[in-house]
Amino acid sequence: MNERTTRLRQKSLDARPAISPERAEILTAFYRENEGKHSAPVMRALAFHRLCERKTIHIGAGELIVGERGPAPKEVPTYPELTCHSLEDLDILDTRPKTSYAVSAACRMAYAERIIPYWRGRSLRDRIFAALSPEWHDAYAAGVFTEFMEQRAPGHTVLDDKIYGKGLLDFKADIAAAAAALDFARDPRAYDRSEQLRAMDIACDAAILFAARHAALAEQLARADSDPPRREELLHIAAVCRRVPARAPRDLYEALQYYWFCHLAVITELNGWDSFNPGHLDQHLLPFYQRGLAAGTLTREGARELLECFFIKFNNHPAPPKVGVTAAESGTYTDFANINIGGLLRDGSDGANEVSHLLLDIIDDMHLLQPSSNLQLASRTPEELLRHVLRVVRKGYGFPSLFNADAVVAEQLRQGKSLEDARAGGCSGCVETGAFGKEAFILTGYFNLPKVLELTLNDGLDPRSGRQLGPRSGTAASHATFDDLFAALRRQLQHFVDIKIAGNQLIERVYATHMPAPFLSVLIDDCVARGTDYNAGGARYNNSFIQGVGIGTISDSLSAIRELVYERTELPLADLCTALSADFAQHEPLRQRLLNKTPKYGNDDAAADRIMTRVFAAFCEAIDGRPNTKGGHYRVEMLPTTCHVYFGSLCGASADGRRAGTPLSEGISPVQGADRKGPTAVFLSAAKMDQIRTGGALLNMKFTPALLAGEEGIARLAQLVRSYFRLGGHHVQFNVVGADTLRAAKARPQEHRDLIVRVAGYSDFFCDLSEALQDEIIARTEHAAF
Amino acid sequence: MLSGLVFNIQRFSVQDGPGIRTTVFLKGCPAACPWCHNPESQSSRPEILFAEERCIGCGQCLLVCPLTEAPAKGKPGAPGTRCLGCGACVAACPSEARRLAGASLSVAEVMREVRADRIFQEESGGGVTFSGGEPFAQFPFLLALLEACRAEGMHTAIDTCGHAPREHVRAVAPFTDLFLYDLKLIDARRHRDVTGIPNAQLLANLRFLAQSGGALRLRVPVIPGVNDAAADVDALARFAASLDGVRGVDLLPFHRTGARKFARLGRAFPLADIVPPSAERLADIAARFREHGFEAAILG
Repeated sequence: MNERTTRLRQKSLDARPAISPERAEILTAFYRENEGKHSAPVMRALAFHRLCERKTIHIGAGELIVGERGPAPKEVPTYPELTCHSLEDLDILDTRPKTSYAVSAACRMAYAERIIPYWRGRSLRDRIFAALSPEWHDAYAAGVFTEFMEQRAPGHTVLDDKIYGKGLLDFKADIAAAAAALDFARDPRAYDRSEQLRAMDIACDAAILFAARHAALAEQLARADSDPPRREELLHIAAVCRRVPARAPRDLYEALQYYWFCHLAVITELNGWDSFNPGHLDQHLLPFYQRGLAAGTLTREGARELLECFFIKFNNHPAPPKVGVTAAESGTYTDFANINIGGLLRDGSDGANEVSHLLLDIIDDMHLLQPSSNLQLASRTPEELLRHVLRVVRKGYGFPSLFNADAVVAEQLRQGKSLEDARAGGCSGCVETGAFGKEAFILTGYFNLPKVLELTLNDGLDPRSGRQLGPRSGTAASHATFDDLFAALRRQLQHFVDIKIAGNQLIERVYATHMPAPFLSVLIDDCVARGTDYNAGGARYNNSFIQGVGIGTISDSLSAIRELVYERTELPLADLCTALSADFAQHEPLRQRLLNKTPKYGNDDAAADRIMTRVFAAFCEAIDGRPNTKGGHYRVEMLPTTCHVYFGSLCGASADGRRAGTPLSEGISPVQGADRKGPTAVFLSAAKMDQIRTGGALLNMKFTPALLAGEEGIARLAQLVRSYFRLGGHHVQFNVVGADTLRAAKARPQEHRDLIVRVAGYSDFFCDLSEALQDEIIARTEHAAF
Repeated sequence: MLSGLVFNIQRFSVQDGPGIRTTVFLKGCPAACPWCHNPESQSSRPEILFAEERCIGCGQCLLVCPLTEAPAKGKPGAPGTRCLGCGACVAACPSEARRLAGASLSVAEVMREVRADRIFQEESGGGVTFSGGEPFAQFPFLLALLEACRAEGMHTAIDTCGHAPREHVRAVAPFTDLFLYDLKLIDARRHRDVTGIPNAQLLANLRFLAQSGGALRLRVPVIPGVNDAAADVDALARFAASLDGVRGVDLLPFHRTGARKFARLGRAFPLADIVPPSAERLADIAARFREHGFEAAILG
């Protein structure tokens, strides 16, 4: 980092997240004036236009890449049309010990006087909760599943290379051509399409206006600035903002600023999950980088400075404030922009280039919370790039994470995508696979697998609430064989998946009808060509995901039951259930037996791993291939964010020896501490899951620094990763930190504010994690094989 | 089928030869080095390791022990000398406070375990290492394992002190890709005093292997007060330099992790007062070997 980016970085780190009521105020005033005047897409586009026209424009001292979603860095807007925070919510956000957002008195007042009175009962959250069935609410409250779209919009999408050759004026021409081609006489949906296309056109104008306002402000600041070099910079900023996003970028500077305006537009329009994401940034930027160097208009240092300014922009944007279950399942400031490095080109050749290494140098140097980064490692990816990535991983910030690019392609081919689209895809968020620029790949909620086993063992009754949530699938005493028990489990699983999907279908339609995303739709193929919104199936591909949580916990629990109850017949299942409901009080020897004397997933043990694959197959069969409302299908993923802690808090003791209320296993990682045969055994167990059937499976590994010492350590890690990917693994990420360091950080957070650890598909400040999650990370197996 | 006594099969071993390896630890050793970091490797009988901190005091072990060896009250301690190593208490213990060191495994059973990590071994240029104890102490078993590995194309290494008849060394050499050869002291009397075995045969076997052109890497434990004096280091380095074609040496610094295992066996750790060598001392010793043309590594 140079002096400028060091200063900008520090400013970004020092800023405390706060809630800005500005967006909510502008939007509320707009809706009060215009309610009922327009079709839904046009209403949304005009509201977006109003925001771009009125919101405070910010250009910080020394900045080169400009634009903030709020009035200033880390001032986070709210989206009352989706979820209207109550005054109590605001108090919680302001005062909660972790991931808090400052709320000013003026903000509270705006909410009390103007925002809440208008949106209460009108927000999508209110409407969705009112429309969902009692069964859905019961299962949701019991912690059987969560719901991503109850306060955040469907998002979770990634841009391809389309903006680097076209300006928004070119997109407007495409929109006009699509509108001109509408056949009102023959297409019964022609009017809908025409309204949607009109909305997209307005959204393009809004984004161009937004950039022009930055140009004007830069010119104004230049006039007032007494420092000639800064004056030149501001005038250059103005020129860039007049060029992009209206017209195609000509150099690296314009390309980065263009993407950033698109990013801001997407996250201003709606608060979609996982913000937005430039995808294969190294591949997209390479032509600009090479041209600049060749023409002598760019140096590596100049490119690095621009990229560092660009990275800081991401860090200025914490996730929109989350409350309730959503805050519990995703308790982080991170908004999951996840830059892809390496990977494949459309023709299948290696996508790594010199910009890949430049990005890694920056990631290594800046170690910001956002953006996240990952390596797309194909079998043909050069070893040099992998080693470079691992040398960054060794520093212990938890990123980049590593993905199997060949598996990512295979997963997408299985979903029916074209080979070229699959190769141009990659991963976003935590571990999610998608076709960049062409897909709405929507995560819909986490699904608590161990809870379903708990319900099964209790004949469909939730012991926590005493309520009958599932069908009566048989008492513990009635299951004469393990297969009987497993059949009952399948029945419960199907029951709750059905409730979840029924709720999803309703929510998808509510978004399709009431909450179009016209700007995002401009950027995602084939929304323009189809005249259909991103939220209504306009994208070329539409996969909806349900994410399984706790596969390790449920597998070990079933393995223990199979071993003790059905194989060794040491105790009846009903007696085991009695011990579970007592949380093992007076049953410590039994708990120890469950912990230590039964086969466990993660040890390359055939019996335990077979149960894992059986549970996984049952989960897939209940979900995979079922139609969603957008012409796409439901798929499974296996990742938890922080939901394994939340889900665990609602689960009683489990048959793997886990105590009531403690975290479940995360991702497809083994139960914390259950893997005793080292990393190769963990990899072999995890690879027995047919991960190609998922849209992402998260494996977390913790290593002590000693393991990775020297080039030898890097080589070993590289070989481990390559081997796992040869076995078909989708993803692995590494925490490189000693448990002693973590314990010290927990005890004295003030001394370890900068300690970043890998949580679950993303990295976070250790001190911002809940105590339960801190303990859980400490407990994860340290693979100190040396 | 031939079987032998194995006390551990360690996957993802990365300091016992090149690449990612699976190390098979054969139980039983003719030497009795007091610094041994795997004291359970020494006896050629099965032994019980007892981890007191894991014991929940449930008394299951007392109910099943054929000798009622453990004390009648409180937490049962490490087994005494009468222990048969039958493992009944290990099976009964719910909390894994008791672990059996030494399982009788057939060649096929060992091969099943070492084969499991094949993909990692291939990717890394790794393989299988037979360690101990002293693997030559179970010569027929060792030879059968090496032959089985060779039949499957695995890279093989033996970690040995060389206490074996020449014909045994000659027999395994064709099936062994690398010898990790322990070298402790050149002074014959002190070697016998401290390890319990003479070193003439060890040195002769080492020279034989070097002359026959097999791949060799020396391993020198650095034990303060035993072999870390300048004269001892010089003697080691000079001897090593006189061997044909041997140019790699690993220094294995003394550490106290073995102490915990001594305690778990109910034995006193003989070197409790020894302080591990400093990084500077290790660097000095490595430098001495380098002066004699060696590539020297300090292992953790």
